[in-house]
Amino acid sequence: MSIGHTLLGLLEKGPRHGYDLKRAYDERFGQDRPLHYGQVYTTLSRLLRNGLVEEAGVEAGDGPERKRYAITDAGVTDVEKWLSTPEKPEPYLQNTLYSKVVLALLSGRDAGDVLDTQRSAHLVTMRELTKRKAAGDLADQLICDHALFHLEADLRWLELTAARLDRLKTEVVR
Amino acid sequence: MRALLEATNLRKSFGPTPALDGAGLSVRAGEVVAVMGPSGSGKSTLLHCLAGILQPDSGTVRYRDAELSSMPDAQRSELRRTDFGFVFQFGQLVPELSCLENVALPLRLGGIKRRAAESRAREWLERLEVTGVADKRPGETSGGQGQRVAVARALVTGPSVVFADEPTGALDSLNGERVMQLLTAAARETNAAVVLVTHEARVAAYSDREVVVRDGKSREVEPAR
Ligand SMILES: Nc1ncnc2c1ncn2[C@@H]1O[C@H](COP(=O)(O)OP(=O)(O)OP(=O)(O)O)[C@@H](O)[C@H]1O
Ligand SMILES: [Mg+2]
Repeated sequence: MSIGHTLLGLLEKGPRHGYDLKRAYDERFGQDRPLHYGQVYTTLSRLLRNGLVEEAGVEAGDGPERKRYAITDAGVTDVEKWLSTPEKPEPYLQNTLYSKVVLALLSGRDAGDVLDTQRSAHLVTMRELTKRKAAGDLADQLICDHALFHLEADLRWLELTAARLDRLKTEVVR
Repeated sequence: MRALLEATNLRKSFGPTPALDGAGLSVRAGEVVAVMGPSGSGKSTLLHCLAGILQPDSGTVRYRDAELSSMPDAQRSELRRTDFGFVFQFGQLVPELSCLENVALPLRLGGIKRRAAESRAREWLERLEVTGVADKRPGETSGGQGQRVAVARALVTGPSVVFADEPTGALDSLNGERVMQLLTAAARETNAAVVLVTHEARVAAYSDREVVVRDGKSREVEPAR
C-alpha cells in the first residue's frame, strides 16, 4: 500500500498533526499493521520536499509532532492520479507451494501430503477470518472478505493440483 | 468427548467402482464438520450413509447407542424425522404447500397440532429473516429465500444432527454467506451438530474442522491450534 498517497488522501479533509494522521490511518487501514511514528514523519518530510504537503502552523516548542500539515494543489492532483490509476494486477507466477509440490514429486515424497497440510493451514486462517467477520462491522467484513477470497483462490488451485498430481508426476520425473 | 454419530470403514458400490472405499467420520454433539473433496469422491454418498438414507454394503454407522444398519427401515425413517434435519442444494420443499406449511410439516408429521406447529414454524421463519415469504409457495421465492426456508424446516424439530449437502451451491456469495451464518448460528444455539458437504472453502470456513474425501476414502483433520 502506498502510505504517502494514503496520508495525502487523509489530508484532503483538512490539515492535521502527524499524530492525528497516524491515528486516522491506523483506524481505517492499519488493521493488523499500524504505522510507526517514524514512518509517518519520514513520509511527511518526503511529501513536504516534493511540494505535495505544506506546513500549516507550528505550535510552540520544537520537534516534528508540533507541526500541522496541509495538502497542496499538487498533492490533490497526485491523489487524483493515484486513485484513477489501476493497481497492477499481481501476476502470482512465483508460487512456493508449486515449488514444494514439484520438489516432493521429484524426491519421491508424497505431494498429496504437502497439499493436505496446506489446505488445513489455509482453513484455520479462513475460520479465524470468518469469525472476525461475524463479529465485526462492515469495514471488517470487507477487509476479511478480501483476504478470504484470496485464500479461497489458493485453495481452488490446490484442489485442481491435487486432482492432477498423477499427471504432474509423470511429467516432472520424466 | 464420545462421538454422537460415528461411521467406520464404510463401503458402498453402485456398480463395479466403489463410491465409498473404507470411509469413516465421527461427529460430536454440537460441532460443525465440513466434508470436502473433489466431485465424485463420495461426499454425498457418505452423507447419505451417515443419515441412514442409504445402506452401506459394509461398515457401521452408530448413532448414540444404536447401529443404523441393523435397524428396521421404519425405525430408521422415524429416527431421521425426530433426530435429523436435512438441507440440500435445492428441490426439498413441497411445491404445493406454502413456505410456512413446509416448515411446519415435520412437526405436523410428529403429531403436533396445526396451530402450534405453525406458530413454531413462524418463529423459525423469523429467525431466518424470511417471514415475508410465509404465505408464498416455494416456487414464488428467490433461491436465497428458499434456502432459508429449508434451513428453518431442517431445524424446526430441534434435531441433534443437521445434514447439509451443498446448501449454498445454488446461491451467490452474499446469500450463501448469510445462509451459512444463519444455519451455523442456529445450530450452535440449539447444540445441533452439522455435517456440511461443500467444495467451497469459504463455506467450509464456517465449520470447526474438515474431513477430506478422496476416491471413497476419508481423512479426518483435527483442527490445528
Ligand atoms: N445413485 C447412484 N447410482 C449410481 N452411481 C452413483 C449413485 N450415487 C453416486 N454414484 C457414484 O458414486 C460416486 C460418488 O458419488 P457422490 O455423489 O457421493 O460424489 P460427490 O463427492 O458427492 O460428488 P459431487 O461433488 O459432484 O456432488 C460417483 O462416481 C457417482 O457417479
Ligand atoms: Mg455430492
